[in-house]
Amino acid sequence: MNAVPLSWYLILSAVLFSLGVAGFLVRRNIITVFMSIELMLNAVNLSFVTFSYQFKQADGHIFTFFVMVVAAAEAAVGLAIILALVRTRRTLEVDEVNLLKF
Amino acid sequence: MLHLWLIPAFPLAGFLLNGLFGRRAPKLFVNLVGVGSVALSFLWVLNTLAALGPLETPHIERYFTWIQSGELRIGFDLVADRLSAVMMLVVTGVGLLIHVYSIGYMAHESGYYRFFAYLNLFMFFMLLLVMAGNFLLLFVGWEGVGLCSYLLIGFWFLKKSAADAGKKAFIVNRIGDFGFSLAIYLIVAHFGTLDFDPVFAAVRERPLETDAGLLTLVALLLLVGATGKSAQVPLYVWLPDAMEGPTPVSALIHAATMVTAGVYMTARCAPIYLQAPIALEAVAWVGAFTAFFAATIGLAQHDIKKVFAYSTISQLGYMFLGAGVGAFSAGIYHLVTHAFFKALLFLGAGSVIHALGGEQDLRRMGGLRKQAPVTFWTLLCAAVAIAGVPPFSGFHSKDAILLAAHHHSPALYWIGVVTAALTAFYVFRALFLAFFGDYRGDPHHHPHESPPVMTVPLMALAALSLAGGYFGVPAWLEPMFPVSEPAHDVALVVVSVIAGLAGIATAWWFYVARPGLADRVAAQLGGLYQLVYNKYFVDEIYGAAVVRPVVEGSEKLAWRTLDVSVIDGMVNGLGARAQSLGDVLRRIQSGNVRSYAAWVLFGAVLVVVAFGFWGGWQ
Repeated sequence: MNAVPLSWYLILSAVLFSLGVAGFLVRRNIITVFMSIELMLNAVNLSFVTFSYQFKQADGHIFTFFVMVVAAAEAAVGLAIILALVRTRRTLEVDEVNLLKF
Repeated sequence: MLHLWLIPAFPLAGFLLNGLFGRRAPKLFVNLVGVGSVALSFLWVLNTLAALGPLETPHIERYFTWIQSGELRIGFDLVADRLSAVMMLVVTGVGLLIHVYSIGYMAHESGYYRFFAYLNLFMFFMLLLVMAGNFLLLFVGWEGVGLCSYLLIGFWFLKKSAADAGKKAFIVNRIGDFGFSLAIYLIVAHFGTLDFDPVFAAVRERPLETDAGLLTLVALLLLVGATGKSAQVPLYVWLPDAMEGPTPVSALIHAATMVTAGVYMTARCAPIYLQAPIALEAVAWVGAFTAFFAATIGLAQHDIKKVFAYSTISQLGYMFLGAGVGAFSAGIYHLVTHAFFKALLFLGAGSVIHALGGEQDLRRMGGLRKQAPVTFWTLLCAAVAIAGVPPFSGFHSKDAILLAAHHHSPALYWIGVVTAALTAFYVFRALFLAFFGDYRGDPHHHPHESPPVMTVPLMALAALSLAGGYFGVPAWLEPMFPVSEPAHDVALVVVSVIAGLAGIATAWWFYVARPGLADRVAAQLGGLYQLVYNKYFVDEIYGAAVVRPVVEGSEKLAWRTLDVSVIDGMVNGLGARAQSLGDVLRRIQSGNVRSYAAWVLFGAVLVVVAFGFWGGWQ
């Protein structure tokens, strides 16, 4: 376990986070955008756990659970929104959902 | 404690009751509250005066401190001395009769409860005015009666002329009140108190060499206030227009009580005036000129109420003349008798108008002697009283003033005598035109006598007008105004009586013996008659010299320039800039979810970069 240095976990976390960001910005399918958000959350979770392990403190673990709870709630709300969207607009394209503007 | 406060409190309670509940209450309730409150007030005045006896020293009741600011203490103090006792009796006594009369006169008017509520409010403020123990409380009453005057002139506020007349009265009075308030400020600044007694004591003690200028200024400013409230030249113009109000209002407010407040105030401030001879001289000449000036206008008016309105201005001029020549008690004496006979003249005129179904034009009256005998005989009592026929009330008070005027300056006396002749002429002209000759009005209308609720007050006032000269008012007031009364000069009295009788005879000759002669004389006089008939064009002159510049200046400079371009320009400009800025910024709200995401990322990067630059949290 000690063979894997701390920075590797952090780099992995950063890579995952960047992938999430890129997916969030680039993809048009709303399900994919949603998954990208989950990816970012889990990347952050990885950082928390890493630091928690490194400093032998429980704070990071606790925060990870918090994030998971929030993510679960967010998934429920988000999926509900997506379902409503599909029912009314028959589309999953985020760019087509643009009525709420100036 | 004699509970002086109850005297004004009764009408105030009447105002509140009628004002709050009168609209839905039956008429009987309105009558009971409206008239009953004044009756209670009158009875309480009698009770108080009986308990106080001869009032050698003023009876002052201090209720609470109203304003306390540093050294200055202004209390809610009511005072009963000989002067305010006379005023209280006149205000509540004549006021009560007019309230009773109003039951009949206003019987068919809508807003009946409103009328009595305002009338009671007026009684409250008028009593506060005459009972006030300091200048500020007097000023409160002063402004309050002005307000009630405004409300009651514009009682028929749907009629534009009535609403305009109310505004005119209010605005013209503002000019006078401005002078009055300046005088009060000067008194506070130099005497440090507003209570009457300390101020007057200080006025008497201070050396004239240093204070003469100040006292003259104060007295002149008080005179400005008095000319506004008491309708003297140059601020008299509102009173003739005030006749737009119901006739009982003209009788109570614009003849018997409120307009005499200026005379009362001058008499109250006699110690100041006596130390300011120049101002006193000004009072005398303003009064004499007003008396003569208004009497001439009264000669040629056709509206019966306008005749009596100018007569009121003229008689108020007499009172100021009396005060101005130092005979304050004679001025107040005339105030009292005038309250009797002028209230009677107005109520009688109201009875005539009532009989004719609203007709006010003397040219369309006539022959009413038979249809309205009570009105005729009572009006005749008032007419002989105002014309100065001995031994009726006007004779006594007018001669007291004229004697004092002669003592002071014969010129003032002769102005007064000529005015007395004019007064007798125009009053009897109105009387003859209304009650003698043939009926010239609408032949289908049948004039009728007024109901007893109106004629009984007329009879009471007629008795007072005839006997008012024997109430001993001057002797009662003498201790308050230590002035040497001139010797009784029979020749002077005879001259003024002859002047009055000559006026009556001329009126008889013109309007009864030779009807039509008056019109021929008027035609021959031509321009002069037109000048008088048009009231010397004073309203037009004021309109051109004051009203138009103010209105046009307000419109062009204040409204179109300052308000529209500068103030509106600034506000609208700010609004427009905000709008155009918003026009640019709203583009951010594109509706495109991914662009929002990009903004979030941009913000996050900005935060991270900022932490990088400034080191984050340590």
